[in-house]
Amino acid sequence: MLLRHTTDEIKERKALTVNPAKTCQPVGAMYAALGVHGCLPHSHGSQGCCSYHRSMLTRHYKEPVMASTSSFTEGSSVFGGQSNLVQAINNIFTIYNPDIIAIHSTCLSETIGDDLKQISQKAKEEGKVPEGKYVVYANTPSYVGSHVTGYANMVKGFIRSFAINTGKKTKKINVLSGWVEPSDMREMKRLSELMKVEIILLPDTSDVLDAPMTGKHEMYPKGGTKLEDIVEMGNAKATLGLGHWCTNDAAIQLENTCKVKFTIEELPIGIRATDRYIQALSRLGAVSVPQSITDERGRLLDMITDMHQYLAGKRVALWGDPDILIPLTEFLVDMEMKPVYIVSGTPGKRFMKKMEELLSEKIPEAKFKNGLNADMYLMHQWIKQQGVDLLIGNTYGKYISRDDGIPFVRLGFPTIDRVGHSYFPTAGYQGAMRLLEKILNVLLDKQDAECPEEKFELVM
Amino acid sequence: MSPEEMKNNKIQEFTVDALSKYPGKVAKKRSKSILTNNPEAALEIQANVRTIPGIITQRGCTYAGCKGVVLGPTRDVLNLTHGPIGCGYYSWLTRRNQTRPETDESANFITYSFSTDMQDENIVFGGEKKLKQAIIEAYEIFKPHSIAVFSTCPVGLIGDDVHQVCAEAEKELGINIFGFSCEGYRGVSQSAGHHIANNKIFTDVVGINDEPKPGKYTVNLLGEYNIGGDAFEIEELFEEMGITLTSTFSGNSSIYDMERAHTADLNMVMCHRSINYIAEMMEKKYGTPWIKVNFIGAESTAKSLMKIADYFDDEEIIAKTKAIIEREMPKVKAVVDEVKKTTRGKRAMLFVGGSRAHHYQDLFNEMEMEIVAAGYEFAHRDDYEGRKVLPDIKVDADSRNIEELTVTADPERYDASKQEKKVKKEAEGYLFENYEGMMPEMKKGTVVIDDISHWESEKLIEHFKPAVFCAGIKEKYAIQKMGVPLKQLHSYDYGGPYAAFDGAINFYKDIERIVGTKIWSMIKAPWENEPELVGEVYTEMQ
Repeated sequence: MLLRHTTDEIKERKALTVNPAKTCQPVGAMYAALGVHGCLPHSHGSQGCCSYHRSMLTRHYKEPVMASTSSFTEGSSVFGGQSNLVQAINNIFTIYNPDIIAIHSTCLSETIGDDLKQISQKAKEEGKVPEGKYVVYANTPSYVGSHVTGYANMVKGFIRSFAINTGKKTKKINVLSGWVEPSDMREMKRLSELMKVEIILLPDTSDVLDAPMTGKHEMYPKGGTKLEDIVEMGNAKATLGLGHWCTNDAAIQLENTCKVKFTIEELPIGIRATDRYIQALSRLGAVSVPQSITDERGRLLDMITDMHQYLAGKRVALWGDPDILIPLTEFLVDMEMKPVYIVSGTPGKRFMKKMEELLSEKIPEAKFKNGLNADMYLMHQWIKQQGVDLLIGNTYGKYISRDDGIPFVRLGFPTIDRVGHSYFPTAGYQGAMRLLEKILNVLLDKQDAECPEEKFELVM
Repeated sequence: MSPEEMKNNKIQEFTVDALSKYPGKVAKKRSKSILTNNPEAALEIQANVRTIPGIITQRGCTYAGCKGVVLGPTRDVLNLTHGPIGCGYYSWLTRRNQTRPETDESANFITYSFSTDMQDENIVFGGEKKLKQAIIEAYEIFKPHSIAVFSTCPVGLIGDDVHQVCAEAEKELGINIFGFSCEGYRGVSQSAGHHIANNKIFTDVVGINDEPKPGKYTVNLLGEYNIGGDAFEIEELFEEMGITLTSTFSGNSSIYDMERAHTADLNMVMCHRSINYIAEMMEKKYGTPWIKVNFIGAESTAKSLMKIADYFDDEEIIAKTKAIIEREMPKVKAVVDEVKKTTRGKRAMLFVGGSRAHHYQDLFNEMEMEIVAAGYEFAHRDDYEGRKVLPDIKVDADSRNIEELTVTADPERYDASKQEKKVKKEAEGYLFENYEGMMPEMKKGTVVIDDISHWESEKLIEHFKPAVFCAGIKEKYAIQKMGVPLKQLHSYDYGGPYAAFDGAINFYKDIERIVGTKIWSMIKAPWENEPELVGEVYTEMQ
């Protein structure tokens, strides 16, 4: 057994996390910054942070993930990282020539109290920031929240630095995309185009982390939210945030500084969350929903009704980020599956509240937990107590899947042993169809592999 | 111009091009880490110095070197990261350290990630209590043989006394518990972490168990991490030779065997950079001599095996070893002869690690490929220039940070007979602790770069157009977007093993596939190669 020390005997833990269902803030900030055009993420800390984050993102996307580091040593940790950062800014603009440097802090620079605002100001005063180039920052202490928090903080940082209300309102709707794949961001744009709603999507990693092979390495690929669009967000008609954890702070920031009203919906994963995305676009953009989108939805429903017998009643364990888990749970419940075990290392009271709303009546046996010690080890122990039919979550689930022979659908960060997530969305009705296809494939493959020969079915 | 001058000119052009983009001070500093190799001249390269902030580097941190590299591959020690969640997360299973527990019940914690997941209140009020509690919980739930604690950046800054907490917990729980001050900022690269790991394993693990592993001739293999199963290949050969492997530091290893490493007759150093410290210290304390070996490349494997066999002066072992080599080399030759049809004369670049960029050159040479450029990510001057330069290496402030243990002979465990044997063998011309380094073995007129930056990599590729570039995951897709295949030499692109004879065959075949594929020629769509469309366009069928 790969996880041979995991048993069904649960002992209370107060201090020890085992097999976490979260990672730290800076990697989220790095991902968000890659979704801005011409932007180089910069990690203000030890080299290892930048190296680890780049490695994990690279494994997930199989794409270049360019980012720089302040390369702290013992001296900078004692005397402060100011000179490292000022020097880094100068070097980055000289050598790598981005339009924007997006600095995020680390537990190291936060603990010693480096003031990113003051240091970037100093770099500017010293003439290290060329004309027309920008430095933005986000505080992303690794000991608060999770990778999701870091993403939210960086998006907020872009809004704070760039969005301006010039008094000339546009018809555009700001869409804050939440931590999803480039494919999902592309899908959000496609749906809004079908709706004929003009949106500004922030961030947007499509055409950055799914870039084509051309024989030329573009340090700054053609994708990413354009700087002028972020500026324009201050004049938008409204903001639609997708996922409370990832977008709430940025949406509030935009309302406070630019008076742009906002609504937050769940990420459009599954039927009803996508319905709400479409309805929100329709309402905010004052447009009707085109038949083609209704047809997409109809195809999804058709697929579910066709295959309902294989789905209903199946027990599922999930782990990952709250913004994904909440609509995913709703989707599974809608299909009459049973999401029985759900963990997220990302804290936030809303998680338990939403899960109770979604599950307490329909699936009273469900167990869920988020925040400290809500880890994959706990979830696996629950599984050891009473098994499940399906696992949905990031690549780390493969160890549980193999040990306990449980069908496994990969979803979320990091997915580092399969491809497809960058190219084929999970968001929207089409994304839900893909997710459904993957779920059915693993469930039916297991039945095909394990049923008695006389029960082997040609037609399913 | 002679071919040699042309070569040098080309390198000169590259160097000027690469450095001209840098601000003055950066260019000046980087110029000392870039040189044109000349094995006849004693060239000095700048290495193991700070990476300049803002330069996109391959390097990682001290924690990565300590927890990730050295201790990570040991299956039965519970490795607990003390810090915020990220460090423990990123080092969770990402290094492909394969392991084979003795039985289905034997401990194996490699598939687990353990962390204290420090929160802001632990940063403000200190994390010692949480660490102590986490150790107790880890013990109660998992009952490990030993627990190792790894400090991340904030731990050192807030002044948590990890060693004190470990000592207390050890007393209470009655198992071996030890901590590493391997905060990420401690050194200029992973290398500091290797040293810190070596020190603590030496003081707290090696020597606490005097029960020798049964066997006539016993050895330790140091600096082999079993990426992709390399150690399995080597272990098999030792077994066949009749040599007992007491312990490996640390691929496919058990902490129990490390505890008795001092009982072995001989230490063999594979990755000089990461593990030479412990070899040196064991010699002083226990009298165990060490030799440098290399199992990457078929010729090197054969040479290393013979060297080990020769050490024991046992005709049977020597005969067995010769038989292995005679059996394996023809198989290797058959493959390499076939592969050479594709690989001969093609160019390779290697920028990785602290020994791999050197060791893997043997495999490329066997395929008759041309190494045009190479360098390490975190090595020191001795890994480039050979151990002869050790006395000349200046100890700078960053190196001074890492404790140099004062080691004396152990009154009970020092085995003088091992040293007597060494003296005898030396008299026969047998070489101990000899590492010549990378540069003497590279051809004249090749490029050597330490701690290469992303910018320099792109320029190298532009100027020299290699058929394959060897580096790591962070570099992989940027280089490939340039149309040059990248072979990962940290993770082997999830392939391997590449060590020993079968490993060499695997590597030849992988490189043959990589440099032979035609897929790169399809990057341009057919219409991109055609001239602009001219003439009439029919909008409807006539």
